[in-house]
Formats: sequence, structure tokens, C-alpha cells
Amino acid sequence: MAELTYRDAVAAGIAQEMRRDDRVVLLGEDIAEAGGVFKTTVGLLEEFGESRVRDTPISEQAILGATMGAAMTGLKPIAEIMFSDFFAVCWDFVANEISKTRYMTDGQVNLPLVIKSGNGGGARFGAQHSQAVENWAMAIPGIKVVAPAMPGDVKGLMAAAIRDPDPVLFFESKSLYATKGEVPDGEHVIELGKSNVLRSGTDVTICALALMVPRAMKAAETLEKEHGISATVIDVRSLVPLDTQTILSETAKTGRLVTVEENPRLCGWGAEIASIVAEELFWSLDGPIVRVTTPHVPLSAADNLEDAMLPNAEKIIDAVRQLVD
Amino acid sequence: MDTSSTQTAAAMQPQGSLSPELRLRLYRLMYECRVLEKRAYDLFMQNLIKGTSHLALGQEAVAAGFGAAMRADDYTYCTYRGHNHTYVRGVSMAKILGELMGTTAGLMRGKGGSMHLTSVEHGVMGSYAIIGAHLCIANGAAWSAQYRGSGQVAVCFFGDGTTNIGAFHEALNLAVIWKLPVVFVCENNLYMEYTAIGDVTAVENPAADRASAYGLEAIIVDGNDVDVVYKTAIRALEVARRGGGPSLIEAQTYRHGGHSRADPGKYRPDEEVQQWLGKDPIPAYRQRMLELGIPDAEIERIEADADAKIDAAVEEAKNAPPPDLSLADKDVWADGGAAWRN
Repeated sequence: MAELTYRDAVAAGIAQEMRRDDRVVLLGEDIAEAGGVFKTTVGLLEEFGESRVRDTPISEQAILGATMGAAMTGLKPIAEIMFSDFFAVCWDFVANEISKTRYMTDGQVNLPLVIKSGNGGGARFGAQHSQAVENWAMAIPGIKVVAPAMPGDVKGLMAAAIRDPDPVLFFESKSLYATKGEVPDGEHVIELGKSNVLRSGTDVTICALALMVPRAMKAAETLEKEHGISATVIDVRSLVPLDTQTILSETAKTGRLVTVEENPRLCGWGAEIASIVAEELFWSLDGPIVRVTTPHVPLSAADNLEDAMLPNAEKIIDAVRQLVD
Repeated sequence: MDTSSTQTAAAMQPQGSLSPELRLRLYRLMYECRVLEKRAYDLFMQNLIKGTSHLALGQEAVAAGFGAAMRADDYTYCTYRGHNHTYVRGVSMAKILGELMGTTAGLMRGKGGSMHLTSVEHGVMGSYAIIGAHLCIANGAAWSAQYRGSGQVAVCFFGDGTTNIGAFHEALNLAVIWKLPVVFVCENNLYMEYTAIGDVTAVENPAADRASAYGLEAIIVDGNDVDVVYKTAIRALEVARRGGGPSLIEAQTYRHGGHSRADPGKYRPDEEVQQWLGKDPIPAYRQRMLELGIPDAEIERIEADADAKIDAAVEEAKNAPPPDLSLADKDVWADGGAAWRN
């Protein structure tokens, strides 16, 4: 076990797969010489050379198009879209091309590719560089969606995403890049589509993703210590495929469900989970399903305004206490 | 045609030394494309083909010239106006018509439709229906070929309207800086959908006049002369294959019909339509072959074969059963299924 930062775990996962498979290539803006604006690709150019690690112009459509074309002709490319907000200028490739090609061609074309992207708020970047957009991706059939919360998962899920025969959007939480955690040495791969029960409780089940996971854990600890409420915390990790069995079984044990989402309120991923749990577990519930989300507003740049909008431990604690008490 | 930017066209004299066999092949490809799309139009009128269709009647010389010049393992990327580009790579008429009709005879058993013809085994890597995207995607195939050292070239066909969308410009820039083995072919048929391209474009020649912005040679060719197209294709493919990077070719042509099934094309002046019908690539080429001493009987045999082939293809496509309903939720994922949850 080594302790790595979240950002170093990104590079570690990519490097692990580039060493084992020379079809894996990487492209994006500032990812080669500069090691990425978030420093998630440091050392890859040096180890794998410029034919496999390629800087691109500021051309997100060209990046995702090249990624798709390479994937359909024998490579396993990884693209970086620097900020997930920039998906809006190349969404055709996600929503129309990459996601639908296998289906439309009756299975003739596979697209083993990964698109990694810095996602979410908390860094005071303002409304166009802070969005949590994983729910945009989740709405499109044909795209797998992963959003890890801790360095060990970053490495293992990145490796699995690269090995996966289908297109995977890999959302990295910008506000977690500097956090540290244990990462297994040697080959490390975590199966896609499996959530992780981080903490088992008896009163409420909290589902969280990415930046919301440490906040949910902090809330759970305070709830236990200060309010005598025992909470299960699930790190959802993968929105597509979605590990509904774990969510359903853990919610059945506590009878209560709270989702904690960074995305704005409408059509967030928690709404889909709430709908599944309501349909399939209604008679086992002891109370309403509660969603804690960012309000349905763009994010501000100022510290206090951005902090006031994003879900945090206090908001989670309030929501849980209202539900349980 | 702007002769100041036609250096390459000038070097491509149509009376060059193509063999009679090659000329007959080029004619056969054009003639079969014509027969295929005319029949597709008839089938639409009979409501045996639903949805929409974008025919390239009148533009066959571009598809045929490139199709004959490409190596078997080269990649084709085309648009929704891509029936001919698909056909010239060796896909059968029945598989194309079957896809248009939505039967199991189709290339994708009805899951794609007219706008998405794909046949990977023939190098047809897809027909793309969102303007501009496939230029970027063709780059990726060219990058893959470059990385693997396979010597393959990606050829990307698109219309004049594509030159005004951002993806066109992003794709050209990346192709040049990465020196990719890709050939971009703009079929300038003078209209972007229902609007004259000249009314909505800052330059006279929508593709060629943009070439210099990317350090590329401005190449304009007569897209209705299959010999010219063929020779242009041979040259651009050779440049790409030996590592010389991309080409951008503007082939001037004309579609005989409207933009799509719903469009009778009434916005086009009658004189213009008549003038271009007079430049129909197929009868003109037939005449040239006769003048070059190719026997009429050989040409007639090609025509008779095509007429027989299309009748058989229509029967095969029409008589195939519709796709089984179980196909609707197959092949979202590589495991063949559509599951998004456990």
C-alpha cells in the first residue's frame, strides 16, 4: 500500500494500463508536456513517449472525434476534457456518436474508450468551470458513468474503465485532487458497476458520490456521536451500470434513504435512485426518501456563496435528523 | 470554377491513360449507383421505404472515382448522403435497400436506417448524420492507422454545408498538425439543404478557399468527371499513405433532386438545373468511352447487368422479414445487452 493523492492515482491507473497494453493512448489539452492542468497525467509523456501521449489544440470536438475514430479502428484511447463543463461544446460526440454507434451498427462497432474530466465545484471557479454534470451523461443510453471519491478507487476504476469494451465517462472530482488515500501496490482493478458500503448503520442509508462521499462520512460520524443516529454510507461510485442491489438491500436494512448529490436539483442521479427505491422497496420504508442537492441555480465564485449552495455535512445532518427524529 | 486555384485539376487531364478495364469499372460503379438510388426513390414513392432519404443522383462520379482508387482496407467515412459511398466499397444493393426498408436483409437489420449505413468488413466505418462530426472521427481512424503503421488511409466525404460548422475547422487543423493519413472530400453540390451555399458562405469556394488557413493546397476538381476524380483520389491517397499528411479536395457537382425526400428542390433556377442535367456524369462518360473505342456492347452489358441486379436486390430486400422485436434492446453494450443496472 502506498499513500497517493487522488490526482496521482489518476496517472497511476493510466500508467498501469499503458504498461500492459500498447493500444492504450492518451490525448487532450496540456496533458503531455504540462502533465495536465490538474496534474493528473504527470510523467506519462516521459514514460510512454509522444506517439502515445499527445497534446491537442483547444478543440474538444476534434479530441472526442479522434478518440472515437481511434477506438473503432483498434486503439484504446483515453481523452481528457479539461473541465466537464466543456462537454457542452462537444456533446454531439457523447450524445449522438459515441453512445449510439454500437447500437445503430447492429453491433459492428465497439468503442473501448475513456473520457476523463475534471468535474464539480468547490474550487471558486464560477458557474462555467464548476458544474457537476455526471447526470447529463447518465441520461444517455450507451455511456458508462464512473465518479470515484478516493485515490484507491480512482486507480482501480480507471484501470477497469480502460479495459472495458464500452465507452466510459470518468468524472474526477476537482476538489478531491489534493486528497490522499491508500492505493494498493501492483495491479489494481475494481469492477465497474459496484458501489461500496463504507459504513454500516441501522437508522438511515446515505448514498453519495465523489466529493459528496467524504461529506456524507463526516455527517455520519457526527450523527453517531452527537445525535445517536446510526447511518450507513454508500459510495455509489458508478452511475451506469448502477448497483441497485446494494442500494436496495442497504436501504431495506435501515428503512430510510437520503441521497447526497452535487448536481443541481432537477433530474439529478438521486432522483433515479429514489424512483427505483420507491418502486421496489416502498413497503419497507419508514419515511420519505430525501434528496440533498445543490439548489437549482448556477454556482457562484465567491467562497461563501459557493459554499452555501453545495451540500455539506451540516446540510446532510439536518436532512437526516428531520427524517429520523 | 475559379481557375486560379485549380492547379491540380489542370494536371488531371481527363483524357489521361486509364485502361479500358478501369474505365468500364468506373462506369459500372456510377451506373449501378444511379440504378440503386433511382430505385430507392421509387420505393420511397411506394412507401416501402419510410423516414427520409438523401439521394446523390448526379454526384456518382465522386463516389465511383474514390471507390475505385481506394485500397481494400482503407476507411470510408461518409454522410447521410452516403448510399453510393457505401455501395462502391463492395456492399451489396440488397444490404443497402434492406437497411432502407428496415428488413433483416439490411446491413444493420434496420437498426440504423438510410442515414447510418455501416459495413466494417468493407471499410465503411459509418454514415454520419450530424454535420461535421465525422471529419473529426475520420481523423481518429487515420491516427490509429498512423500509430499502427498500417498504411491505411481514411477518406471522409461531406457536403458544402459542412464547411461552415466548427467541427470542419477543428478537424482540418488537427489533421494537419498531426500529419494524418486522411483525405477530406467536399462534394460541393451548390446547396446546403435548401439554401444556396454562396448565400451563406464568406468565400466563393467553400472548401478550397479555406484550405490555405490550414496550410493545405487549394484543390478544386470537376466532380462530374470520374477520370478526374479517380486521378485526384490516387494522388491524395498516395500522399497520405507515404506520410505526406491530409488533403482537402473540393469536387464540384450537383444533385439532381432536392435535399431529402421531402424536398422537391424548387428553389433552384430551371436554367441551372437544366445546365447541370446536361453535365450528368454518366451519359457524358458513356460518350467518352465510345469515342475512345470501347465497344458499345461492353457498356450495354454493364447496364443490363445492373438492371437485373437491382431487380433481384429489391426482391431480396423486400421479402426479408422485419427484424425480431428482441433486437430493440440488444447491442447497446459490447456484451450484447442493454442492462444499466443489476
